[in-house]
Amino acid sequence: MESPVGKNLYQKVWDGHVVQKLDSGQYQIFIGLHLIHEVTSPQAFGMLRDKGLKVAYPSRTFATVDHIIPTDDQSRPLKDDMAEQMIRVLSDATIEHGIEFFPPESGSQGIVHIVGPELGLTQPGLTVCCGDSHTSTHGAFGCIALGIGTSQVRDVLASQTLAMDPLKVRRISVEGELAVGVTAKDVTLHIIRTLGVNGGVGYAYEYAGSTISAMTMEERMTVCNMSIEGGARCGYINPDQTTIDFLRGKERVPSGADFDAAAEKWLSYASDADATFDDEVVIQANEIRPTVTWGITPGQAISIEESTPDPELVEGLEKDLINDALGYMKIPANTPIKGTKIDVAFLGSCTNGRLSDFQAVAKLLPGHKVASGIKAIAVPGSEKVDAQARALGLHEIFEAAGFEWRKPGCSMCLAMNPDKLVGDEVCASSSNRNFIGRQGSSTGRTILMSPIMVAASAIEGKVADAREVFGLK
Amino acid sequence: MESNGITKINGKGVYVAGNDIDTDRIIPARFLKCVTFDELGPSLFFDERFDTEGKSKNHPLDAEAHRGAEVLMSDANFGCGSSREHAPQALQKFGIKAVIAESFAEIFQGNSTTLGIPCVVMEKPLRQMLAKIIENEPEVDLTVDLNAMQVICANQIFPITMKESSREAFLAANYDPLDTLLQANDAIKVTAQRLGYI
Repeated sequence: MESPVGKNLYQKVWDGHVVQKLDSGQYQIFIGLHLIHEVTSPQAFGMLRDKGLKVAYPSRTFATVDHIIPTDDQSRPLKDDMAEQMIRVLSDATIEHGIEFFPPESGSQGIVHIVGPELGLTQPGLTVCCGDSHTSTHGAFGCIALGIGTSQVRDVLASQTLAMDPLKVRRISVEGELAVGVTAKDVTLHIIRTLGVNGGVGYAYEYAGSTISAMTMEERMTVCNMSIEGGARCGYINPDQTTIDFLRGKERVPSGADFDAAAEKWLSYASDADATFDDEVVIQANEIRPTVTWGITPGQAISIEESTPDPELVEGLEKDLINDALGYMKIPANTPIKGTKIDVAFLGSCTNGRLSDFQAVAKLLPGHKVASGIKAIAVPGSEKVDAQARALGLHEIFEAAGFEWRKPGCSMCLAMNPDKLVGDEVCASSSNRNFIGRQGSSTGRTILMSPIMVAASAIEGKVADAREVFGLK
Repeated sequence: MESNGITKINGKGVYVAGNDIDTDRIIPARFLKCVTFDELGPSLFFDERFDTEGKSKNHPLDAEAHRGAEVLMSDANFGCGSSREHAPQALQKFGIKAVIAESFAEIFQGNSTTLGIPCVVMEKPLRQMLAKIIENEPEVDLTVDLNAMQVICANQIFPITMKESSREAFLAANYDPLDTLLQANDAIKVTAQRLGYI
């Protein structure tokens, strides 16, 4: 008997990957694609060694280095001994276990969530795991893509499976056309602001609606990337013709008739028209403005036209949270966020370090200069992004405007490499987290925003509205 | 694999107040440069405990009265942010054996479970009462009882909840799922073939 109710993508992919139900009530799920990097994975190989285990399916795991790699001088051995050791341990493990590794200067190194999609390793219908919470990025292709801890990295290496509880699914439909100057980053910050940083706990997010359908794959990756900042374990977008067109011709996807067969299968994972959801939210695109954070969580965000909150208008813990956040940020209450002085501008990260992010900014930069005293860095997310940008001459446009054009890596998103804030510097950042100390200084301050807003702020030396700075109409 | 389940955790408590305490606060990213987790304990909550000169900020974890605390209590959405296991690893290496909060970020809760650290949920009014006891009588032990699903402290009972699959796993001593997963080798292979992965 055919089920009278259709399935959503999450249910289809989950059902296909169930190995068995476990006694605990959890399910054992097969993992189709496992990505590893130097921060959370070397320890897992140590755990395997302690138990005398081998990697079960080495052809389903791929490795690169991103978090600790410097973006200026990458010559080996790295100046930081521990960073060098972390790369060595990872590199040795990939050799020992027969895992493909994309090291610096291989032409394919980069931030793991940029590398997977650009090689075509990330394909619709996969279960994807990586010891990094922004693995949710891969959901843009219609995958169940999960960040996992190191013990789970060990589980995947040893068994290619994970023990998991199924998630509920919330469909977030964004409808209508985005206004000029409003980007995918603003959409995701707006969603988190609306639903809260823990609004997604227990859920996978399906992003749907006409606004999402109209997005390019790179924009969709930006949206899915920050699912975790809204508390959701993962986020996904149904595969469609945009997905297929993006994957065609990528290194690791089939070609010719095999591609057509694969494409047909990929499209079949999309949620059925009569699929049901545990929750539904509708957001109107025309309500979304360029959005920036004012506090210490990604949910503490307002539009560039708004003022910081007034703690006197709320009670209890909420009041404490606002006071603590404003106190840390050294930003006054009830004051326009526009005009807040910045020290650093950072363009890059797995959220906004893809070619289209740099293209969008490069289109606007000519005729403008980074304000004096502002350190502005542009960090491509991968060697491929770097090569494509250079081929288009984008690096020259950035350099002419006063940005430093760096080598690929996670850079200042999380400061495990030499790119760090100093003291209580304020950074206009295209990354994903504004947590206390996130960018490498325990008193450093982060204001999250879209790439074009970062560029506008760099030019003004303070938080600025890209629509005004670049005359966008 | 441990032969006995985790049913009760006894120890002194410490209350670290705040909602949305993220993994970067639990252990700042600059301490994550390591190839084992062994040395993470002293870096727990480092920037909350010490100022930029390394002077103590009188964090509850460093109060003489709370020294050796094994049960940490906090507020909503504890452990949000990164999937890095470094956060629960740092708690464990510091000596924390159970966490009580209003709610937990999902990945943090899962990582903690695998390491054998129960994350239990207690409602706000009860946590406020418990916080007072911890403050006034810091030497009193708390007992987190996963059988009875309650915390006992100073002869008072505080009901708790937790994810049922995690509770089962603690009681049955299979909170580390690896051995169970590996037993299914044949079924894994069948799944991999059916999906065209091999």
